[in-house]
Amino acid sequence: MDLRKQQIAFYTALLFGALAAMGWGLKTAGIQGAMFGFFASFTLGGGLMCIWERSVVRSAFSLMATFCGVAGLFILLGHDFLAMAQILIYVGGILVLILFGVMLTPPDLNERQLPRVGLGVVAVVGALAFVGAKVAAVVNWAQAETLPPAETKAEQIGAAFLRADGYVIAFELAAVLLTVALVAAVYIARRKPSDLIDLTEEGGY
Amino acid sequence: MGLEAYVVVATILFGLGIACLITRRNVIYVLMGIEMILNSANINFVAFNRFNGDGMDGRMFAIFVIILAAAEAAVALGIVLNVFQLFGTVKPSDVDLLRE
Repeated sequence: MDLRKQQIAFYTALLFGALAAMGWGLKTAGIQGAMFGFFASFTLGGGLMCIWERSVVRSAFSLMATFCGVAGLFILLGHDFLAMAQILIYVGGILVLILFGVMLTPPDLNERQLPRVGLGVVAVVGALAFVGAKVAAVVNWAQAETLPPAETKAEQIGAAFLRADGYVIAFELAAVLLTVALVAAVYIARRKPSDLIDLTEEGGY
Repeated sequence: MGLEAYVVVATILFGLGIACLITRRNVIYVLMGIEMILNSANINFVAFNRFNGDGMDGRMFAIFVIILAAAEAAVALGIVLNVFQLFGTVKPSDVDLLRE
């Protein structure tokens, strides 16, 4: 039951981390800070779970927490249209695609090795902390916080997409790109195995 | 909350995405790590746009990032399915046809 103890320890630490983040937010910025802590712990907890879990299905579902937490952060930043699009596209689209990929490939429960995962997380976090300390010493954060909050309406986004001095070229390019990507994905995924190169044949390629 | 809180969250999410990319031996995990990295970039775009000036640039960039992520996920999953049919594995290190 070593594995079970590991799971219990991990999720207990995650829960206490989330509570600590919410408490810190509540102390520094009131109810908005508490909501920030809630969504931030959803985001980061989902990411941690994705690395931690052995089963790919659990990792994919933990990514749902990450995406929903990011949508909550967008709402706190006054961008509710993007939050809605985030939930529609990431949770409703990309996550389902990933789950299809998971179910069409075999599970490998011995693939996650704890030393490698721990070492990777420690190395990445150390590198980011080093760079972050260098950046934090240079940036003047107080300047940014005096500006008034900016809300986004969906009409503003639609107008910005279609105005000639706006993003109309990028908008059309995105439409072409999405069409090409969808056709290409259907073409790649529909090919029969007999159309592919036969690797078992002698000198087949 | 100030700008720095959002930047810190985005940085940690970016680090988790990189860690997911480099520590797991499965193509699906690589895709998940890429999605986390794109999400952290989106948080940065929207947060900097919210706290710096009244333009729309950051918000529109975030929308285009989501569009690109959707296209990338569709094509990448198609490629993963084909790689699995061809090689019978989803480990990135086993896909080494050009080495022979």
